[in-house]
Amino acid sequence: MTRNPLVQVRGLSKRFDVSPPWLNRVIEGKPRQLLQAVSEVDFDIERGQTLALVGESGCGKSTLARLLVGLYAPSQGEVLFEGANLHDTLAQPQGRALRRRMQMIFQDPYASLNPRWRVRDIVAEPLWVHQTVKTQAQCLQRVGELLESVGLNPLDANKFPHQFSGGQRQRISIARALASQPEFLVCDEPTSALDVSVQAQVLNLMLDLQRERGLTYLFISHNLAVVRQVSDQVGVMYLGRLVEMASTETLFSQPRHPYTRMLLDAIPKLRPGSQTRLPVQGEVPNPLSPPSGCAFHPRCPQATDLCRQQRPEMKNFQGIRIACHAVA
Amino acid sequence: MALLEVRNLSVEFPQRRAVLKALDQVSFSIEAGEILGLVGESGAGKSLTGASIIGLLEPPGRISEGQILLGGARIDDLSPEQMRHVRGKRIGAIFQDPLTSLNPLLSVGYQLTQTIQSHLPLSAQQAWQRAVQLLQDTGIPAAAERMTNYPHQFSGGMRQRVVIALALAAEPELIIADEPTTALDVSIQAQIIELLKRLCRQRGAAVMLITHDMGVIAEACDRVGVMYAGRLVEVGAVQQVIHAAHHPYSRGLMASIPSTDVTRERLHQIPGSMPRLTAIPSGCAFHPRCERVSPRCLAERPVLTPSDATLTHHPVACWHPLHANHALSAEDSA
Repeated sequence: MTRNPLVQVRGLSKRFDVSPPWLNRVIEGKPRQLLQAVSEVDFDIERGQTLALVGESGCGKSTLARLLVGLYAPSQGEVLFEGANLHDTLAQPQGRALRRRMQMIFQDPYASLNPRWRVRDIVAEPLWVHQTVKTQAQCLQRVGELLESVGLNPLDANKFPHQFSGGQRQRISIARALASQPEFLVCDEPTSALDVSVQAQVLNLMLDLQRERGLTYLFISHNLAVVRQVSDQVGVMYLGRLVEMASTETLFSQPRHPYTRMLLDAIPKLRPGSQTRLPVQGEVPNPLSPPSGCAFHPRCPQATDLCRQQRPEMKNFQGIRIACHAVA
Repeated sequence: MALLEVRNLSVEFPQRRAVLKALDQVSFSIEAGEILGLVGESGAGKSLTGASIIGLLEPPGRISEGQILLGGARIDDLSPEQMRHVRGKRIGAIFQDPLTSLNPLLSVGYQLTQTIQSHLPLSAQQAWQRAVQLLQDTGIPAAAERMTNYPHQFSGGMRQRVVIALALAAEPELIIADEPTTALDVSIQAQIIELLKRLCRQRGAAVMLITHDMGVIAEACDRVGVMYAGRLVEVGAVQQVIHAAHHPYSRGLMASIPSTDVTRERLHQIPGSMPRLTAIPSGCAFHPRCERVSPRCLAERPVLTPSDATLTHHPVACWHPLHANHALSAEDSA
């Protein structure tokens, strides 16, 4: 396989300042508090492929997605889009051309569409912003094509978002994301607000669009079954760090990291007794005071003294990347 | 005798122009100690069924037809005052979002003791001890110290444990759990399902578990009912419904669930979407999306009965039910 990564992430970190207000710090002597949302994340996304990131709430998936489209500036590290630093380019005048090439699909199709705009205005906004259309007639025709490509009727353009069901709304947000003809789509939990039968329709649509247009996806989800369906590579995150990264096939047939195994075990199975489930212990710790060493050690069945003291580095191990003392 | 019996329950919402029928002739029963699941897409009427049973239908919604019997006695026609004694005492409720079902201004201990004392004749001290015991049973560490904590000091999973403790406070015979794990992470979800199952088994309480997650149903329930457009279309033992559903809708729904065990090129998808309440199709509500549709499906509404004992193993509302070994037709495209 020739390696031709579209997006490269190098040592990416994001800290948020969640300190109490200045006055409280002075009077009550409270310290500054920094929340490390994403720490030293490295990965590449190959052109035309899908990288999925999974993890529980608060593990930094969505922060990472926002870093990748330039909605947040990184605290450390960099994102390279076709080899050029993304955040530097976006700050320059020619940044708009780059922004056209990456779009985002959000989780909640009820919150991500303006309820007072007609669908044609929603889908047309990127067209006007990026000046890909010149006239109103051109614009309407393009909106019609886009709606058709996501399985909606061009006549739907005159309706308002509230006239659509959740699945149809998510199709509208996909149409809007496709309007600027992007190459890279960041999908932040695109189906978790949808029912299973609707989810199947939206996932199939996303796979079809990827095949037709050669799109590259970063797919963020907490649902491992969905991830298995759509992705080529999977990265598992825990408390802001990548703990395991492998091809989808390998990750599901041979999960190595204890956290990955725990996540897979936790999914309720449709077939009973297919596997004895490990009782899952504990909850995700508070990211403001992460545990020492490996952040997973308080919940890990294989934890040793080494895990409590020293943080495992991400290592290449038998074709996958993993950060665990017990495995590699 | 079944613990809960719902007979031909219909719920209507009168609108300015028309009357919306949100539940249409739903009948099922729950035996003592049994866990019955209700699945379906959003808007299918699952939560409304639960709300009707605990008497929390939001006006103008009203029960237009049918009966709800708890332990053989009707509870759908009780006065609000009488219903208050049934709710909490005989029927406990667990809702989706643990943060909104707890009062943020009152400590967890106060909320628990209030609930216990309003249903059981216990002194304040006894109620307090009982509350600590309940929190311990639900697996909250250092339960006695946490009694004075407020809901925001608990994590999502712990909060849901508190809600379960509240629901169990008066030893109800029936628990209505409406999407109890939907707001939680998978690892926490597994813990909560285990807990709910264990506690209800111990106390012999029956559970009606409302969820859209088939995995949760498969793990927890004995029987499951599938709802579509306000109607119950199929009820049967969990493994039968999951692996050999008779109704084409149930079959399509099960096939559209992605799995971690196998990868398919494309997921099975049911064409179209669920009808709005304002435009429920004639006859069988599923007929516009069904691949086995016949003229009879348009004209006559199928009722939930085993039409032919040799064909079906459990009740299904369909004129052309699928056999257990009947495969779904070839993949339908987008």
